[in-house]
Amino acid sequence: MASAPTRIDIQQAEGITVATFKDRRLLDEVTIDLVGNELYALVDDLGCEKVILNFSDVEYMSSSALGKLIKFHKKILSVAGSLRLCGLKPELQKIFKVLALHKVFKIDKSLEKSLKKI
Amino acid sequence: MSDTNQFGFTIQSELAESSRIQEEIIKLLRKLGFNDEDLADLHIAIEEGLANAIKHGNQLDASKQVRIEGVIDGNRVMIEIEDEGNGFNPEDVPDPTLEENLDKPSGRGILLMRAFMDTIEYNDKGNRLRIEKSCAIQG
Repeated sequence: MASAPTRIDIQQAEGITVATFKDRRLLDEVTIDLVGNELYALVDDLGCEKVILNFSDVEYMSSSALGKLIKFHKKILSVAGSLRLCGLKPELQKIFKVLALHKVFKIDKSLEKSLKKI
Repeated sequence: MSDTNQFGFTIQSELAESSRIQEEIIKLLRKLGFNDEDLADLHIAIEEGLANAIKHGNQLDASKQVRIEGVIDGNRVMIEIEDEGNGFNPEDVPDPTLEENLDKPSGRGILLMRAFMDTIEYNDKGNRLRIEKSCAIQG
């Protein structure tokens, strides 16, 4: 990673990386690009394989942000890693359901559950 | 709130401009008393509509403009977004929920707008979007 991430908080322990989004809204394209690059760097630069994305502070996100998430998922799968999402608020859950992404991603109610299942 | 309010903006096809205008519109709607849940739905729909107009309609050509107009009639919000592109047929957009289309960048925005708005319609050419939603008003 060229520089420390600014849009996600990263905690690592026992081979598991927990990335918590700092932004309440993932709508702005500039922000989304930064978030995407920071996520990709987890795999490309840091070699992370087990990743939990914590959405507990995110209120809503755009289709463009979801595109980054799908690409990140593919990156994780390409290194035979695993990805779990947690902390989705009702509005985000609705977005995932509308786009049938709840069938694509492994989603847990809490970070604790993701940590147990990953 | 007063019975009818209107707004209108014309912006260049730049995503930063889109963000700025969205903030202004949401600020206005918040001032008129719309609640957080409706504001979130409207914000998502406006973002998706503007992003489609700028990226797909005007192909990020900064010399082309996007017009956005809104009418707030009581609890009903009506918004039109028009770009200077060649338009498209919404029927031709692949279903983004199918596995084979997950990688494709198009379609998810329209689906989200359909989910969060009461009405979403394009003109025949496909370069002018109209979205409508009846909202609750915060007491």
